[in-house]
Amino acid sequence: MLIMRHELLLIAITVILLIVEIFLPNTQKRKIILPAILLMAAVTVLGFFPGTPGILFGGMFQSSQLTMMLKNILNIGVLIIFIQSVDWLKQDQNKEKVSEFFLLMLSTLIGMNFMISSGDFLMFYIGLELATIPVAALAAYERLKEKSAEAGVKLIFISALSSGILLYGLSMIYGTTGTMYFVDVAPMITGAPLQVLAFIFFFAGMAFKISLVPFHLWTADVYEGAPVNVTSYLSVISKGAAVFIFTIILYTVFSKIAVMWSELLYVITLLTITVGNLFAMRQQNLKRFLAFSSIAQAGFILLGVIGQSQLGMTTVIYFALVYIFSNLGAFGVVGIISNRTGKENINDYDGLYRTNPNLSLVMMLALFSLAGIPPLAGFFGKFFLFTAAAKQGYYWLVLIALVNTIISLYYYLLVIKAMLLNNSDQPIAKFKSDGYTRLGLLLCVAGIVIIGFTSSVYELVFNLSFGLN
Amino acid sequence: MSILTLFIIIPVLTIIGILFSKSHMQVKWVSVVGMGLQLLSAIGLILLYLAERKAGNMAEVLFVQDNLWYETLNIHFYVGVDGVSVAMIGLTALVVFAGIFASWDIVDLPREFFTSLILLASGVFGFFISLDLFTMFLFYELAVIPMYLLIGIWGSGPRHYSAMKLTLMLMGGSAFILLGIIGIYMHSAPNGGPLTFDLIKISKETIPLDIQCFLFPFLFVGFGVLGALFPFHTWSPDGHASAPTAVSMLHAGVLMKLGGYGCYRVAVFLLPAAAHELGWIFLILATIGVIYGAFGAIWQKDLKYINAYSSVSHCALVLFAILMFNQTAMNGAIMQMISHGIMTALFFALIGMIYGRTHTRYINEMGGLMKVMPFLAVAYVIAGLASLGLPGFSGFVAEMTIFIGAFQNVDTFHRVATIIAASSIVVTAVYVLRVVGILLLGKIKNEHFEEIKDAKWHDKISVVTLIFGITLIGMAPLWLSDMITGGLGPIVQKLLAAAPILP
Repeated sequence: MLIMRHELLLIAITVILLIVEIFLPNTQKRKIILPAILLMAAVTVLGFFPGTPGILFGGMFQSSQLTMMLKNILNIGVLIIFIQSVDWLKQDQNKEKVSEFFLLMLSTLIGMNFMISSGDFLMFYIGLELATIPVAALAAYERLKEKSAEAGVKLIFISALSSGILLYGLSMIYGTTGTMYFVDVAPMITGAPLQVLAFIFFFAGMAFKISLVPFHLWTADVYEGAPVNVTSYLSVISKGAAVFIFTIILYTVFSKIAVMWSELLYVITLLTITVGNLFAMRQQNLKRFLAFSSIAQAGFILLGVIGQSQLGMTTVIYFALVYIFSNLGAFGVVGIISNRTGKENINDYDGLYRTNPNLSLVMMLALFSLAGIPPLAGFFGKFFLFTAAAKQGYYWLVLIALVNTIISLYYYLLVIKAMLLNNSDQPIAKFKSDGYTRLGLLLCVAGIVIIGFTSSVYELVFNLSFGLN
Repeated sequence: MSILTLFIIIPVLTIIGILFSKSHMQVKWVSVVGMGLQLLSAIGLILLYLAERKAGNMAEVLFVQDNLWYETLNIHFYVGVDGVSVAMIGLTALVVFAGIFASWDIVDLPREFFTSLILLASGVFGFFISLDLFTMFLFYELAVIPMYLLIGIWGSGPRHYSAMKLTLMLMGGSAFILLGIIGIYMHSAPNGGPLTFDLIKISKETIPLDIQCFLFPFLFVGFGVLGALFPFHTWSPDGHASAPTAVSMLHAGVLMKLGGYGCYRVAVFLLPAAAHELGWIFLILATIGVIYGAFGAIWQKDLKYINAYSSVSHCALVLFAILMFNQTAMNGAIMQMISHGIMTALFFALIGMIYGRTHTRYINEMGGLMKVMPFLAVAYVIAGLASLGLPGFSGFVAEMTIFIGAFQNVDTFHRVATIIAASSIVVTAVYVLRVVGILLLGKIKNEHFEEIKDAKWHDKISVVTLIFGITLIGMAPLWLSDMITGGLGPIVQKLLAAAPILP
């Protein structure tokens, strides 16, 4: 049973919350917030205890030190999102559906855990679907807002489409190999035309989920329409989990045609970083801005995937971890300001430092970390990504990525300029954020500042990534 | 723990102190105490270094401290100094100390100002003591990024534009550097063994020539951007003109030296064969920079622009001297860095003080300032004379050494370059004397200037500290020159060893 510890714990707290929810009258739903956060915190902590690696269901479900760590990373991210959402959930419009937020979030998380642990394409697909469909409901959470409903519909359509493409690819894999188990498929991948086609379909399906260019078109609209906390979930946790399993499958199942997918990734990486950055420059709405910035960041993660080997896997996980803290920091600030003032544009932030210095500082640190400025964690993450890609000899790719970091620095500086340099006649008024928000942001800042300095995080990830390739 | 760690710890403690300070005055005094301690430790370091050398310690780098940081990638926190870095640390400590006093009048957000300023300084200190390419790069970027806030928030004129331009250009340079560093890392162990960022270890290896030639332009241009290499200098005039006084001082005085130091310590030292192969391209650019900067300064009316262009000229001379590849010229390059660092910091400090009193920086609106503020005026004359290389001041020692060294290269190409570069001395004299004449002598053009007060106590501390530095080097250059020569030894040897590869 310990093998499925993460999943069982999550299922347990989901059930507990569901039962508690039944006994709460409609006006008292808010009371579920504190127990939900405490339970999630307990699960996160319990996840860190050493577990037993092993396989279940005849190999459909596999658990290793690596997958346990990935699940822990996701748990931390979700915990921070829970904490950050409190301020928004307490608003009057949400008072009747507070518990749905937690339940839907937890069920997607369970889906992701199954997805990461899958040892079989079928299990992988089930996990993926479980992880996707509740998110669409979450995106439409503020159902009375037109944009939110639109985001939900768009997300469900795009998910359906990409799942269809993915399934088609998987069916071809089954057709050529006669099995769905990773371990059995891997040796039978020979690079036959049908298998290449299958791989491309699989790739396209995943690219939708990770929102790589040219499969990114849904991203900005959905991110803008969904509530901020759901957006941050989409951009960090969903994306992170998809990247993890994508990398694992590339390295284990498709390792024999690595030459082929390296070239494909080369092009996609270039496109993703560049297009994401160029579009991010033109955005005024901060949610759209962060959407495109997160597309570009996904491109950077691909640099690590191209790096292959243990080093590549390590940098992917490490950067994803850093990215979770940095992006959640940025989204946390955007969220609280959006809740209190309804303002989401960059020029609304003019003079923010004079009225809300602490929020501006958190935002500045988060953006600098995303831009890769030392001594923040983002710098280390980016540096290792570049090292991994350079190790495979992709110097020009690294150079283009480096030029792109300068472009990204430009637009991150635009936000910092608004907050610190510009003055405004009507700045966002001074307000006091609640304890939960502060705790959430504090966790992010701690992550951003500490992860880089303590090399042990990196070493831990490195040691656990062993044996993937 | 080595004494060098102090140079990281003191700024960090100072910043923490500033964050806990309650009033404006407290912020300033905490900064003064912190940077004063830093200056004392720098002097202590120089004395200790000289004592060690005198005692016969001939190790390549002294006061080494080596901590493993990232085991997998073999990244260390590895610090140590040779004569050159000691000299640069002394320069930095001096300029930062003077800079704190020069920004005594900051009213808007003083806490943030001094925090950013000291953050910048700690980046510079860290860069000079690092012997590991990774930490070196980390500190390099740490030194650049606070500039955005410093110019953007406390600057003047088109500050948003200048700040953005400066940051993006310098970070663009650092992107090139990063590529170069990763490239060197990947080839740091041609004979097998773990890859390393360790500068000293890499310098003992020979990287294949084609790799060197691929990486050298990236590294040299990358550091060259910060060292105002023509045509990548355009951030410098705008940035300096918009920056507040202390930031101009630190930037021209210290930060631009990071470029020169990096070119020599990383690009030329680690890739000597490529330096021989491709050095001529950059020598042409540097020569153009020397003469272009000097002529650029002649046309300007804004005091800060004049000085910014003169900095371009002087910093290009540093790169010019480094590319001469001989002991004397390189010696001159380091002397020039230090001399220019102190001198230009003095200039910018004085310009800031003059601007604070007259509220204009245009020279044709001023005149006769000698009568109303004799102290500042005399200091300005001293800075000017040092700038045009009058014997007795630091500028003379540096430029003489450079040109003597440059002239040791007997071929026509180097001779022509040397002659062109040397002619900039005349142009320098023109713009310096012109400014001194218009600004300080003659009649007072504006009656408001009659009521101007001379320097206050904090201005005087700032100015006197810097003038002391200039004259010390000018009068007694030998101890400095000896110290630098000791540090240069391995680099010149390595260059000479690489020379036979030349066709």
